[in-house]
Amino acid sequence: MADLAVHTPLDPDDDYRRPSHAQLWRRQMVRDKKALVGSIVLGALVLCAVFAYWIVPYDPNAMDFDMIVEPSWAHPLGTDDLGRDLLSRLIYGAQVSLFVGFSTVLISLVAGVALGVAAGFYGGWVDAIIMRYIDLQWAFPNFIIAVYLVAVFGTGLSNVIIAISLAFVDDFARIARGMVLTIREEQYVAAARTLGASNNRIMWRHILPNAMAPLIVQATVSVSYAILAEAGLSFLGLGVQASTPTWGLILAESRSFISRAWWLGVFPGFFIMITVLSINFLGDAMRDVLDVKEVKEPD
Amino acid sequence: MTQAGVDAVGSAPAPILEVRDLKVHFPVTKGAVLRRTIGHVKAVDGVSISIAKGEVLGLVGESGCGKTTVARAILKLIEPSAGRILFDSQDLWAMDKAKEKGWRRRVQAIFQDPYSSLNPRMSVRDIVGEPYIIHESRLDRVDIDKRVRRLLEMCGLPGRMAERYPHEMSGGQRQRVGIARALALNPDLIVCDEAVSALDVSIQAQVINLLQDLKDELDLTYLFIGHDLSVVKHLCDRVAVMYLGKIVEAGDSKVLFDEPLHPYTVALLEAIPIPDPDTEAARPHRVLAGEIPSPLNPPRGCVFHTRCPAAVPQCRVDVPRLEEARPEHWVACPVMAPGRADQQEPRLSAPPPAQTSLAGTSAGLIGR
Repeated sequence: MADLAVHTPLDPDDDYRRPSHAQLWRRQMVRDKKALVGSIVLGALVLCAVFAYWIVPYDPNAMDFDMIVEPSWAHPLGTDDLGRDLLSRLIYGAQVSLFVGFSTVLISLVAGVALGVAAGFYGGWVDAIIMRYIDLQWAFPNFIIAVYLVAVFGTGLSNVIIAISLAFVDDFARIARGMVLTIREEQYVAAARTLGASNNRIMWRHILPNAMAPLIVQATVSVSYAILAEAGLSFLGLGVQASTPTWGLILAESRSFISRAWWLGVFPGFFIMITVLSINFLGDAMRDVLDVKEVKEPD
Repeated sequence: MTQAGVDAVGSAPAPILEVRDLKVHFPVTKGAVLRRTIGHVKAVDGVSISIAKGEVLGLVGESGCGKTTVARAILKLIEPSAGRILFDSQDLWAMDKAKEKGWRRRVQAIFQDPYSSLNPRMSVRDIVGEPYIIHESRLDRVDIDKRVRRLLEMCGLPGRMAERYPHEMSGGQRQRVGIARALALNPDLIVCDEAVSALDVSIQAQVINLLQDLKDELDLTYLFIGHDLSVVKHLCDRVAVMYLGKIVEAGDSKVLFDEPLHPYTVALLEAIPIPDPDTEAARPHRVLAGEIPSPLNPPRGCVFHTRCPAAVPQCRVDVPRLEEARPEHWVACPVMAPGRADQQEPRLSAPPPAQTSLAGTSAGLIGR
């Protein structure tokens, strides 16, 4: 290929430049106010969780004789039945809830995608075995499975994380498989085969990147569900140890005082709500930004 | 342009690609648990072609006639039900892994749809550079980048387009990227599966000229699959016409277009509009009656008899063989091309291997 004629470029004056990821995010935030609100709220929550030690007004486990006092200047969100400061407990609770939410989704995303991609790509008996298991799991609500698994493994933070992760695997596997079945018929997959690409290369370089958009949406929804599942497990007494402040546990304990102390139920519920909501807003925005086919001009 | 069609037997080079009596049947199943096969879609049913080095063979036919399936079998994307495909006299399905990798370098493809043949999540650099990553691991990023830019420039794209993603390009530009990718490994044979069908007419012309220039510069061989006959006529040395999984007529491009013999080819050529409204309005239009029959249940006898204006009762019974009606011109129609007297005897053996021609289906089924 030494002496080849160089054909004239089509349009030498074309000076199109692709917007960077940072630019895309900025545009998205300007266009989509929900994404802006979601990222601010979630950012604030994450910062609170990380710097909990320095920002809490009281030790979250320090008891006091000021039991069940209404929100006041001394205790902005009131205190619980043991006189512990609710705001401090909720800030520490963010650590557990967010950690459980993100780590479970990460685990179930990785496991579910691996199973789903293998099933969709190889087909045949691999597909049959994996999907029959997924069907089995699909037949039960995720939360029931999580309860069952905690009953098997025992309570405690790491067991809760494992249980919730396993319970969510089927959602990811199902979506991943469906996407693989569509994408593997695309011409660019045929083109990669024609080039001699290995199965691994086709799976990881060609199929998976194109299957990510619905998986990311599912992941953000699942973060919310995982936080709720942890809260639910703790509420049932199947979660973390009783003294650990988690949003679900605080909510669970509040039910004994629901007629006397509205703040004990309302504030943890509010924290769960705004977290779930802002993650969902961010998930929508992320899907738009990551979708290469949907690059829009700024308004 | 090439030696096609004028080679005397014996002096011709061995064909680079030979397809012998290729059959691709897809089973049609019914029932979810107790799955049983209720029939076969005969997408390709006994196709034999051969391509000499440096030649352009056109494969034409209407949608659903099986031409893309032939291409997919040649690219080893699907497994044939019967028949053999030989590349440089090597059977595609008898290669070990290492040999197959070597063969993959030599056969490349340009696909129909420039919008789905490029991975939307890969930059043009990654798309065109991927062949090097797969086959030439010794090359580093800088080398690959240099080669990619060079390939793009060869294909008429500025080198800086390597930064782009497919959705940032026009259809014609994307197809040029597809061509650059096919050229990356310096292949011998390129299968162009409807490579220009999805493009605007003005862009089509540019891409066809590019393909022609590249062929001359790089000593390429093309299998050009299409349904636009004017494009095929312009580009191809020899042409094979497919109908319902079978080749009905084949021969030198000029001869076939000037004096078609098979009624289907005649109808196809008559369907080409003449780019002058008055002449176009004045000329007779004979439109083929009916639809293309289902390949699940093809007609008995000649597959074309249901729509053929020249059909005689015998066509419902006899399956016509490709016969050499004139030198280098094969037709599967005993009515329009009764065949020469010396050809009336059924040919039971395969044609001489050195022949650069389209072997008749009479070559018989050669099991794999």
